[in-house]
Amino acid sequence: MELHVDDASLVKNYLNGDEKALECLIARHNQRIFNFIYSKVFDTEITEDLFQETFIKVIRTLKLGKYNEEGKFLPWVMRIAHNLVMDHYRKNNRMPRYEGSEQFHVFAILEDDGVNAEKRLIRDQIESDLGVLVDRLPGEQREVVRMRMYQNMSFKEIAERTGVSINTALGRMRYALINLRKFIEENQIVLTD
Amino acid sequence: MKHLYPIKESKQCELRKASPETIRFLLDYSKSLKIVSSRGLTFESNLN
Repeated sequence: MELHVDDASLVKNYLNGDEKALECLIARHNQRIFNFIYSKVFDTEITEDLFQETFIKVIRTLKLGKYNEEGKFLPWVMRIAHNLVMDHYRKNNRMPRYEGSEQFHVFAILEDDGVNAEKRLIRDQIESDLGVLVDRLPGEQREVVRMRMYQNMSFKEIAERTGVSINTALGRMRYALINLRKFIEENQIVLTD
Repeated sequence: MKHLYPIKESKQCELRKASPETIRFLLDYSKSLKIVSSRGLTFESNLN
């Protein structure tokens, strides 16, 4: 019998203290509103939360006497639900949530920024091999490479320290690199990790 | 032909509804929410 009472009358009854009227309104629009939210978020738990929030807002607005859309109860509730769905997505854009599954887990692509033991061993080996190659360079070139690569000096500082012009220091570095490449090719050394 | 449309598939299309717990919570919330206005101020309270 209650199903024949229109929404406006149920809202009026509810405002007059009839809690049963609210139960009837929720029962009448439960499926429609729930599926409307679900069609936007595709998650039952989130839908359940947003459905609850929607009706909390409805109840508060009605009890505060701010509802003034007589005869348009469902579109009004749908609009509240829509706004809450939008809020949900705005919130999630600020704080994205990642969840793993059997096929994919976020830790499969995330890795520790720190150098692990294997990488450290490889790096030490490369530095050791490179040190041997640098030792084989002619004295002047070796000096420039060490100052630039190991002591992090600028070419201006290297030029001042070695008593040559910047261009000469640059030239020595250029020949040093050419020679190092030649050594690497000749000895087929792999200097990558 | 019936093998092309198994019963299990059709169940995925069923419409959903809010759980009875959610409905119960909302009805209890409604009953407990009291709005009191005094001297132009509105107060909300939840009475258990």
